[in-house]
Amino acid sequence: MTTLRTTPAGAATTPPLPGVPTLSGRPRPFETVVRWLLRAAAALSVVITIGIVLSLLGPALAFFREVPVLDFLTGTRWAPQFADASFGVLPLVTATAWTTFIALLVAVPFGLGAAIYLAEYARPRVRGILKPVLELLAGIPTVVFGFFALSFVAPVLLRGLLGVQVGTFSILAAGLVMGFMIIPTVASLSEDAMTAVPQALRQGSAALGANRMQTTLRVVLPAALSGIVAAVVLGISRAIGETMIVAIAAGARPQMVTDPTMEGATMTGFIARMALGDSRIGSLQYNTLFAVGLLLFLLTLVVNMVSIQLVRRFRQEY
Amino acid sequence: MTTTIAPHQRLATDGRSRERNPRSMIFLFALWLSLFIALLTLLTLIVSTFIDGAGRLDSRLFTEFPSSRPEEAGARPAILGSLWVIVTTALLAIPLGIAAAVHLEEFADRHSRFNRFVEVNIQNLAAIPSIIYGMLAVGFLGLMGVANKNIVIGGAVALALLILPVVIISTREALRSVPRDLRQGSLALGATGLQTTWRITLPAAIPGIATGTILSLSRALGEAAPLLLLGALVFVSFDPNGLMSGFTTMPIQIFGWTNNPQAEFRELAAAASLLLVGILLLMNGLAIVIRNRYQRRW
Repeated sequence: MTTLRTTPAGAATTPPLPGVPTLSGRPRPFETVVRWLLRAAAALSVVITIGIVLSLLGPALAFFREVPVLDFLTGTRWAPQFADASFGVLPLVTATAWTTFIALLVAVPFGLGAAIYLAEYARPRVRGILKPVLELLAGIPTVVFGFFALSFVAPVLLRGLLGVQVGTFSILAAGLVMGFMIIPTVASLSEDAMTAVPQALRQGSAALGANRMQTTLRVVLPAALSGIVAAVVLGISRAIGETMIVAIAAGARPQMVTDPTMEGATMTGFIARMALGDSRIGSLQYNTLFAVGLLLFLLTLVVNMVSIQLVRRFRQEY
Repeated sequence: MTTTIAPHQRLATDGRSRERNPRSMIFLFALWLSLFIALLTLLTLIVSTFIDGAGRLDSRLFTEFPSSRPEEAGARPAILGSLWVIVTTALLAIPLGIAAAVHLEEFADRHSRFNRFVEVNIQNLAAIPSIIYGMLAVGFLGLMGVANKNIVIGGAVALALLILPVVIISTREALRSVPRDLRQGSLALGATGLQTTWRITLPAAIPGIATGTILSLSRALGEAAPLLLLGALVFVSFDPNGLMSGFTTMPIQIFGWTNNPQAEFRELAAAASLLLVGILLLMNGLAIVIRNRYQRRW
């Protein structure tokens, strides 16, 4: 997207025209210093990434010296704090997969529906009011969402109104609330993508006799697909990494989750709970934290890379 | 407009437009419903939290320290702790983020491999789960040789790293929307690139930068996960008073109360949630107002 633009500074760095005196030739030590500071600030982001990888990798490697990687990835019993400790991460992974799946089941249809309405149907004034209000949903802290899942969604909505047999803690309540948390993310990005579709495509479709629904479904959505896919993938990575909702409402018992009404510990939920206990730095328990953290980091990295690739493949040039 | 349509070619509309056939009405209804459900959730959340916590939203919440007896407990150290941490976070993240964005947007050679790597890297950083930043802060404090992790500066470092990519990305967007004519005008008058940035480009981008910054700070204010790793879930019974002081923040305090089985603590959690949500909605509202009122379309 940005590669086509030439920087304004590009003009300053291009060689001067022949016959024109170089006015910028005067040395300006202050400017040089400031430019280096700016450059250092940008390079810091790379330092942070390296820092993340190193700070995760050290303790995680110490963990994998004691627990074989294969046992970690394929084991179905997670009990790092018991006497007969077992380090199979699959229970945490299944719980994470379930909460992510349920969250997407809520966030994708509702988020996309809201985006289509705002981009294609709402009049400018209505949209000017509804969009900011929808964005407020993204401003609610996740702790409060977790409390909402625990105090309203599980007991009142699921057990009371819908008659679903869930306990105090359940994957279902946590996943549902997480889905609502992600709606604004999906809606906002998809709406941007659809608004960017040129008006000429819509007019062409209308001129061929299509109504608004047909135009939306067959012209606008396919044209905006790359942006919509990017929005959904960002939703996935937010759902995988979300911590406080699952720490509060999903429960703490690590078990292979086969049914969303069960309670379960997700990867992030485990890290949050484990961080509360005081395990000695360097102990196997402490290192467990970082092994799970590394897995979480790699997972979101893969999801992100897939997203960047997808966006490249689907990108339409207008 | 005059159109000539032969009688046998008239549009088949039986008086109703194709916009109104049953399928498209159902479609429109579904769209409307999904927006409505999202807004209903927001409303339900606020109302149910209000019902749970309104009884405890009084002055004790601001003046009292946490206590094992819920009727005496308040969130005073958490409120002050949040203030300390957020101000420090802002001081760390905003100048750094703006500097990085200015470099990438105004000065960097876009075709150099390194700068492209930096850009992809920032996109990736923005998608890393927040709890990972807590681990990074733990590692950072370990490197600095700080034994007690639960200090204001530790929390601020974690949150600053968390919002840095967001500040960079939104600042770059704000800078990008400043038209090139302004910069060229300044350069033509003999200003250097840096003078142009400082006196022309940055001032013109302030509304956009402010919007992004306020939104990212409100995210940091509501964030609890990274601070959990620093051990901020403690019983703080003193006012935090400096960068090396122990602290807790409002989200962490709410999490602590939520974990407590006693119903009175749940009520306290709801009251503190209301306060936090109120502050965050104000910040978000402010950001939206700035965006709508001051953002110029060039």
